[in-house]
Amino acid sequence: MPTLAEAAPPLAPPEPARPPRRRGRFTPYWLLLPGILWLIVFFALPLVYQASTSVQTGSLEQGYKVTWHFATYWHALAEYWPQFVRSVLYAAAATVLCLLLGYPLAYLIAFRAGRWRNLIMILVIAPFFTSFLIRTLAWKTILADNGPVVHALNTLHVLDVTGWLGWTAGDRVLATPLAVVCGLTYNFLPFMILPLYSSLERIDVRLHEAAGDLYARPWTTFRRVTFPLSMPGVVSGTLLTFIPAAGDYVNAELLGSTDTRMIGNVIQTQFLRVLDYPTAAALSFILMAAILAVVTIYIRRAGTEDLV
Amino acid sequence: MAVFTWLKRRLVVIAGLLTLAYLLLPNIVVTVFSFNKPKGRFNYEWQHFSTDAWQDPCGVADMCGSLGLSLQIALWATIGATALGTMIAFALVRYRFRARGAVNSLIFLPMAMPEVVMAASLLTLFLNMGAQLGFWTILIAHIMFCLSFVVTAVKARVMSMDPRLEEAARDLYAGPVQTFWRVTLPIAAPGIAAGALLSFALSFDDFIITNFNAGSTVTFPMFVWGSAQRGTPVQINVIGTAMFLVAVLFVLVSMLVTRRRGHQKA
Repeated sequence: MPTLAEAAPPLAPPEPARPPRRRGRFTPYWLLLPGILWLIVFFALPLVYQASTSVQTGSLEQGYKVTWHFATYWHALAEYWPQFVRSVLYAAAATVLCLLLGYPLAYLIAFRAGRWRNLIMILVIAPFFTSFLIRTLAWKTILADNGPVVHALNTLHVLDVTGWLGWTAGDRVLATPLAVVCGLTYNFLPFMILPLYSSLERIDVRLHEAAGDLYARPWTTFRRVTFPLSMPGVVSGTLLTFIPAAGDYVNAELLGSTDTRMIGNVIQTQFLRVLDYPTAAALSFILMAAILAVVTIYIRRAGTEDLV
Repeated sequence: MAVFTWLKRRLVVIAGLLTLAYLLLPNIVVTVFSFNKPKGRFNYEWQHFSTDAWQDPCGVADMCGSLGLSLQIALWATIGATALGTMIAFALVRYRFRARGAVNSLIFLPMAMPEVVMAASLLTLFLNMGAQLGFWTILIAHIMFCLSFVVTAVKARVMSMDPRLEEAARDLYAGPVQTFWRVTLPIAAPGIAAGALLSFALSFDDFIITNFNAGSTVTFPMFVWGSAQRGTPVQINVIGTAMFLVAVLFVLVSMLVTRRRGHQKA
């Protein structure tokens, strides 16, 4: 007679998402209730309030009333479209830079690092442990007008080229678009590297060998095998970089000037200093709509559903 | 020519290491400048070496108070978000229910929304309710945006769990409560811990949402932000460096512990 262990089937990998078989019809609702309620009250409901605020008129002293004053949107767009355009451009530039800089590092960690893999991984995450504001302020030192970086760029005449392109002004980097994009790239780079790494890491190395056996040069292997397989990482890395960068106002405030103000700066000033709530709410709403539209189109195009 | 080939073979490695240097450069600057003795109010230019700031890390008015407040908020936000998020994650993986899609998007949207939009809309809610901005509004906001990250972390872990382990526990006459505490929870623990750590880091370092909803309450990031206008004390760099060292040490120790455990099991 076989023992129980022999009779049992070999241990298979766990099946994902088993059919539900629990008793207690209401258990899931009880589990969901507190958290979902929190999100409804403090995430969804505020969006409704914001929508309503954006169509109100009035003043701080006399209070605001909903008057369906949609003109606020047109006024806001007419006045602040340069900041919108700037936000999209800066965020796009930072995203492209993050991809170009992040891909080699993610590739290095996934395929070439060997026993250094864990150490490099820690070094990628480690900057997170110091407050990002402190690290962003450090860029003021690095890019200082009489610092070595600016000096080197001047000697190599790089600043002449970037100045001609309108990225920098005169002999300085601070308080120019270049400094803001550099700060944005720096701040969101780990959000690009981590998803890239996790999709590269899943690639079977034998596929590289197979491509090599079929006489593909390294570059062809990358272009036809590695890169297409890493697309989920590229897509989610791009989103994780672009979305926060487009709404950011910290880098533009600390590293930029009044000429580099992004839409986040406008929303922040309108809300916290000017106290023009309808305009601020309208701007914030436009930003949200624009980002959701961009994200939806991008995900459709890139064809990746399993982002969540 | 040999140099050229050598470089070409290692192009990826060199580019990757350059990126790593770009990532770490500000941390190095922060550390070096924690030993600076600046002339004016701003700590942006190197003057000369000094350990003054390290000897008196709380020498700046209100800084350590704001640090304490940030730690306190991060702790409570972590507890709140981890509890609520873990419950949602279990419900999502283990049960089938109505409005599943709606629940999923409600969890995904906060992560796909620019922080400034969440911050601004939450402020309109608080203003409309006439809430007093301060500790509680910050805490509410932090629990809100940390929740989704906890759900994602715990969900991934619970999904990869073998449900037969729980069935085995039940077959061995463990009650539902006992099964949960002795089997389910210990297996889900790494996911829960990851979610909690992420919450703590996100809450502790949050600036944008706090900036909108703090009123006149000053957390540590708010203090740093303010000092960028008023003058940056060297002590900020001391705290930044200390945080970095503590965290790296924590990671290294936990890695050593897991490795040793792995050896014992093997």
